[in-house]
Amino acid sequence: MSSIAELCVIESGAVEAHSLDDYESEKPRWCKGCGDHGVLAALQRMLRTNNLDPEDVVAVSGIGCSSRLPHYLNTYGFHGIHGRALPIATGVRLARPELPVIVIMGDGDCFSIGGNHWLHAIRYNINAVVLVLDNEVYALTKMQASPTTPDGCKTNTTPHGTYLQPMNPLSAVMGMTNVSFVAQTATWLPAHLDETIEKAWEHHGLSFVRILQRCPVFMPKAFGEGGLNFPVVFLEHEDGIPVHPSLLARGAARAHNHRDINEAQRVAVAVDPAPMGLIYQNPDVPAYEEIRWNRKERPDHQTFVQRLDAVMDRYTVS
Amino acid sequence: MNRPRIVRLPEHIVEIVSDAGEGAQKAAVAFARLCAKTGNGLWTVEIIPSEIRPPPHTIGSASGNRIRLAERSQVTNAGNLADVVLAFNEMALLSRLEAGSLADDVLVLIDDQWATHDVEEYRLSYREVLDKFRTRGATIIEMPLQEETLRHVEDAEQGKNMFAVGLLCALYSKDVNLLKNVIRGIFEKKTREVIETAVKLAGAGYEYGLAHLEERFEIQAVPTDVPKVAMNGNTALALGAVSAGFEMCSMYPITPATSASHELSDIFEDFGGFVHQAEDEIAAIGVALGASYAGKTALTITSGPGMALKAEFQGLAVMTETPLVIVDVQRGGPSTGLPTKIEQADLLHALYGAPGDAPKVVMAPSTIEECYYILSVARKIAEEFRMLVIVLSDANLATGQQLFDRPDVCETQERPPLDLSPVSPGALPYDWDPTTGLSQRLIPGQPGGMGVTTSLNHDVNGKACYDSESNQRGHAMRSRKLAALQRSLHRPSVYGEPEGDLLLVGWGSTRGAIEEAVDMAREEGYAVSSLNIQFLSPLPPGLHEIFAGFEKIITVELNYSDDWEDPLITKENRRYGQLAWILRAATLLDVDCYAKVPGRPYMPVEIVDEIQRILGDQPAVESLGETLRALKGVS
Ligand SMILES: Cc1ncc(C[n+]2csc(CCOP(=O)(O)OP(=O)(O)O)c2C)c(N)n1
Ligand code: SF4
Ligand SMILES: [Mg+2]
Repeated sequence: MSSIAELCVIESGAVEAHSLDDYESEKPRWCKGCGDHGVLAALQRMLRTNNLDPEDVVAVSGIGCSSRLPHYLNTYGFHGIHGRALPIATGVRLARPELPVIVIMGDGDCFSIGGNHWLHAIRYNINAVVLVLDNEVYALTKMQASPTTPDGCKTNTTPHGTYLQPMNPLSAVMGMTNVSFVAQTATWLPAHLDETIEKAWEHHGLSFVRILQRCPVFMPKAFGEGGLNFPVVFLEHEDGIPVHPSLLARGAARAHNHRDINEAQRVAVAVDPAPMGLIYQNPDVPAYEEIRWNRKERPDHQTFVQRLDAVMDRYTVS
Repeated sequence: MNRPRIVRLPEHIVEIVSDAGEGAQKAAVAFARLCAKTGNGLWTVEIIPSEIRPPPHTIGSASGNRIRLAERSQVTNAGNLADVVLAFNEMALLSRLEAGSLADDVLVLIDDQWATHDVEEYRLSYREVLDKFRTRGATIIEMPLQEETLRHVEDAEQGKNMFAVGLLCALYSKDVNLLKNVIRGIFEKKTREVIETAVKLAGAGYEYGLAHLEERFEIQAVPTDVPKVAMNGNTALALGAVSAGFEMCSMYPITPATSASHELSDIFEDFGGFVHQAEDEIAAIGVALGASYAGKTALTITSGPGMALKAEFQGLAVMTETPLVIVDVQRGGPSTGLPTKIEQADLLHALYGAPGDAPKVVMAPSTIEECYYILSVARKIAEEFRMLVIVLSDANLATGQQLFDRPDVCETQERPPLDLSPVSPGALPYDWDPTTGLSQRLIPGQPGGMGVTTSLNHDVNGKACYDSESNQRGHAMRSRKLAALQRSLHRPSVYGEPEGDLLLVGWGSTRGAIEEAVDMAREEGYAVSSLNIQFLSPLPPGLHEIFAGFEKIITVELNYSDDWEDPLITKENRRYGQLAWILRAATLLDVDCYAKVPGRPYMPVEIVDEIQRILGDQPAVESLGETLRALKGVS
């Protein structure tokens, strides 16, 4: 959302630098060890790095453990209903394109009940940072299978193991028209998470970020016990998400051109090892709200009345 | 031919029907415009098949319009049985008989090509249907509609309708030059050739009519200085949305609501607004809610099935006290039901469709003119009370056309620029006034107002909380706003005398027919009056007092109720019309109902019949037939 970011900084005079405290609200109520804590912290760091005024930022979420995040962020926030964060965010962007918008959803929230909105949001390509906190389970409702729950995993609704292969959200978004930014990161890789969220912020268009998220309470075994034994490969490119040498202990790095959609689609389809980093970016896809704003005008009162008069003429009979 | 007889009439109802795609609709639009331009009051009703191109020459394929035109400029409903029907084939004609729309002695104008058509089946059914009409007392004029049209164009399908409208112009002694101008206006965007052909055909139809019609009609207009507009209710809603200062309409296509967004899509961007066609109705309301949360004025337009999908978001709007307007253009339900036809069956859904206790405002326009003005009222209430306002229109208003005084376009309500000044220290997002439940809204971008707006139960600080005290309080505050609004409403006025034997209570578009029925019944000596209720939630003040003036109260509405005579139906299990449910609960009076689902507007005579059934027939008139004859009063 770079252009808006610059605007905001300039408008606020860039006089006072914000501190991390400025973005802190009430104390988070997630479980100890929950990956959501890390996402909150990373977001707060991104806001501070870009010195965004808290009153200009709107964080929109659905329902789930992850969707509580706006409560803990000292910006404007809208904690909506399950699966529907994206329509609300689209409304905010259409109404006030000057406000930076961050969307936070869970895997059930986005990929299941909100699936229709998710795919269409990619096509609208509103200018927003869209984070899916994917713990591969419905956590708030106490451990039911989600679309990304691993094959055979036992949950309360699949006590003998799930029946289906998990969905691959990355290949789904890579198949959508107008996809403009796709990245994957994980809560157990804080530096990578920070860099990914920063990159998502800088992108102009819908930045879709899937964050693999630890849920030690309901999915302690997921992601190779929270990342310990989870095969990943870091995607490397000079404009991509930097791969710190410390990350290489977790997995190898591989050159990847995130501007090449075919290459990105191939990478998105592969799940083992899981690709980490910037999978695809196309900064030239127009944002829906800008297309719409470019086509409308806001006439002054006199012109408004004249135009309404002219429309009324069409229906005037005597 | 001898000099034709010209019969002067106070009003008439004419129907034009063809196969879908043959253009009876266009012909009717032209004729209605012509009548409006000459100053006749009118009300039109679209006759729409449910499919785009149903099998031709069948009952299901009939498409067209009913036009009620009158000397007086105020026509408030579609009227009783039609006096004239112009049909392109006998099945279209038959469909109107089956719909119960035609008078026994209707004048039928019909294309005679079927009498000698190559297809034997058509020849037979043509004879059969016409015989049926003759037996009933109809006058039939067979005319070479197809043949005459073919003298001017190669494809009669592309012109019969214009020939037909020329005929009607002659039948009603209208000025053919005026008709030609109307046609030029309607086809404005077409090529010159198309326009001139249409004009030529209309002229030919007119000449044919002058030469062959032995009896013609004249419905003079009462001249008026007040400029008038003619439009349907959906157009009125669309223009009303602009004038009310809405900046976004977020919608998903659904009959019969869609045409409102067609109109808006066409013009809205010139007024600083836009129509967003969302991926479904859920997203449509979500986008509107998001825009409203961000400070803009937004509405969403839909019909019954879409209302169901919006239910959860309605709850969110109520819980977060985000101003929002939903227009529900009602159609026949449940489920896909009768998509193109009228029903008033979403009232209880509008009131109670959202989960939990979700107090909201529900209003219903009763005329097309009110469709224009209602959205500014709805917007004001939504913003001042931070409430969800549902506006219940219906298919009758949506597609009917009415003449009304041209609105003053200077009275627009564009939203002033957003006030993004810093929030004063200590200001709270839900700073409820304990008496009224009202609180001030904070808008993103206001320094110092940061905080989360949540769907969870919350306190004055907007913080989620789970205790019983805050939950009770939040509910009370949201409910209190309805009481506060109710205190500011006017007592509705009774149509007719304030006391009598029977009060008919209606809501929405049935108003015109009800009031006309009241006029007719009073003329016959019945002590009957009526009341139209515009606010269904909160109900307006004074209902108890008004009801006390009458022996019996009955609602007249277009939704389902069990008949007392139906098998198994008792006092304990009878299901009432929807307004009757509400009034019974609100007044503890034994409010009865006349509530049916004919898929068309009520005719005033049907309501008069019901009045007679309830009050007995001690006054003069005895039967529907007699009422009708009395009503027509012409020979
Ligand atoms: C319409 C609706 N259906 C179901 C629920 C119950 N529900 C709440 S959260 C949730 C799933 C949460 O899973 P996810 O989106 O993955 O978020 P997480 O809790 O794992 O962060 C469900 C099914 C609801 N609140 N609303
Ligand atoms: S249940 Fe899981 S996802 Fe929810 S807060 Fe606890 S650890 Fe986090
Ligand atoms: Mg989850």
